[in-house]
Amino acid sequence: MARAASARRRIAFTIIGWAVGFLVFFPILWTVLTSFKSEGTAIAIPPQFLFFDWTAENYATVQSRSNYLRHMTNSIVISLGSTLLGLLIAIPAAWAMAFSPTRRTKDVLMWMLSTKMLPAVGVLVPIYLLFRDFGLLDSRAGLTAVLTMINLPIIVWMLYTYFREIPADILEAARMDGASLGKEIVYVLAPMAVPGIASTLLLNVILAWNEAFWTLNLSTSQAAPLTAFIAAYSSPEGLFWAKLSAASTLAIAPILVLGWFAQRQLVRGLTFGAVK
Amino acid sequence: MGSIVLDNVSKTFGDAVVIPAIDLDIADGEFVVFVGPSGCGKSTLLRLIAGLEDVSGGRILIDGEDMTETPPARRRLAMVFQSYALYPHMSVRGNIAFPLKMAGLASDVVERKVADAARILNLTDYLDRKPRQLSGGQRQRVAIGRAIVRDPVAFLFDEPLSNLDAALRVAMRLEISELHQQLKRTMIYVTHDQVEAMTMADKIVVLNAGRVEQVGSPLELYRNPKNLFVAGFIGSPRMNFLSGEAARKLGAATIGIRPEHLALSTSDGLWEGKVGVAEHLGSDTYLHLTIDGVGPLTARMSGEFAARPGETLRIAPEAGKIHRFDDKGMALS
Repeated sequence: MARAASARRRIAFTIIGWAVGFLVFFPILWTVLTSFKSEGTAIAIPPQFLFFDWTAENYATVQSRSNYLRHMTNSIVISLGSTLLGLLIAIPAAWAMAFSPTRRTKDVLMWMLSTKMLPAVGVLVPIYLLFRDFGLLDSRAGLTAVLTMINLPIIVWMLYTYFREIPADILEAARMDGASLGKEIVYVLAPMAVPGIASTLLLNVILAWNEAFWTLNLSTSQAAPLTAFIAAYSSPEGLFWAKLSAASTLAIAPILVLGWFAQRQLVRGLTFGAVK
Repeated sequence: MGSIVLDNVSKTFGDAVVIPAIDLDIADGEFVVFVGPSGCGKSTLLRLIAGLEDVSGGRILIDGEDMTETPPARRRLAMVFQSYALYPHMSVRGNIAFPLKMAGLASDVVERKVADAARILNLTDYLDRKPRQLSGGQRQRVAIGRAIVRDPVAFLFDEPLSNLDAALRVAMRLEISELHQQLKRTMIYVTHDQVEAMTMADKIVVLNAGRVEQVGSPLELYRNPKNLFVAGFIGSPRMNFLSGEAARKLGAATIGIRPEHLALSTSDGLWEGKVGVAEHLGSDTYLHLTIDGVGPLTARMSGEFAARPGETLRIAPEAGKIHRFDDKGMALS
């Protein structure tokens, strides 16, 4: 009896799991499908799911009208650059807080996180003016800097949680075994911290890749990443669903592939701190 | 080589005094056990000797040299941790070789020493495995291997057996004692288990709330405990303590009698008690008795001793085996 009940439960959970998964994936699927429709079919009521005249013309149009490669390069430079810069600042910070915490460490961490609770638009004007005065508008350097700052609290928090999981005993054992601080870091700490650093890197590349508020407000053409490339097909020309979808598909494809290959690390990253 | 002297060593964390001030001499080659209940400061004391904690006052001399300010890496001590603290990303070989590599030894010397240690500890077949592929006992052996290859002046063990199951603990206890006989090095061993302390130690240091209650050989502590705490802590089952009229008759505030120093019979004895629970261990039987007006008492009898719950027996303490304590809990001679 119990076995039959548990089998039924398993089947039910499997169905629910697939249903939720499909629901989450549906917008992406729909975008990809729409990108292969003509503009007319794209807005047809009732919507056509699979049986329409497939066409790749949207991709050709999007390609000829804007420079996909330049936006893509900008996205790569900005997301990777801001993540690496963030790691460079966050690793020593998280390190210090994890391995020699003070009475105020928790407060510092909370304060850092609290900056994420501030609505970004609240600081848009001052940051815009700073960017204008320093000539950073529409520059990769400017966007890299702003995204580094935006994601820094998350990077520090993630790394802090990872570093905290490294047992202090092991570091003390290394000290007893005659390792100097330098050797302790190179031979013991770093190898144990690498998986944590890797998943932090992945998650932040994705966050930076998808960041749209600052990239849209602080760039126009030269430094504009893929978010701007998508946006270009929504407002100025009215709604061209099929072309917009083609642009979106092109923009999310690289990160989707990266995410697929890095699934395991990402799940660790997204649930950080949830379980010990 | 390998003598350790604690000279007035104290430790405070903020306002909390963990160790008031301790003097202790550990001779070269001695097996010393720090024993005491949880939170008595025994691990802290070990960590002070290791250099993993800074002392708040006093000096630590190793081999006659003041090492109070010396970092752990240069004290020439090896430590085995309760959690094993193996490097998870290194193989068994890598773990054992690590201290040698840190010392900058040539790779052929490292290889030879690792092979020797692995042979002593029966780890030769596991050298290429990662710690996660080993059982608890094997992991602890790797941790010991990592300690012995360094050829340290003294070994420090911080409750190394408490993560193992009972059978393995007994086996490893024996292995560590054998290792001590073989290496003839100073060993300081921290445990809360008085059986480990009694079976392994040359010298036991009983700690309570950061204070040294008594230092002595296992039998000294068993025969002549200095106070109530040591009397109650050393020996299993615990010493029976009686106060009131029974103690006053002997001119003491409290008297203590070990369960093995009580004789039971149906005919003669000082007290009369009723059998409550009988615990049969095979070799021994522990009888829990209640004496009217005196209190509960545990007696250790031979395994064959038959007693039914509810039965009334006469209890006679063995002559010369009654410990007397004054009202401050100190032993009276």
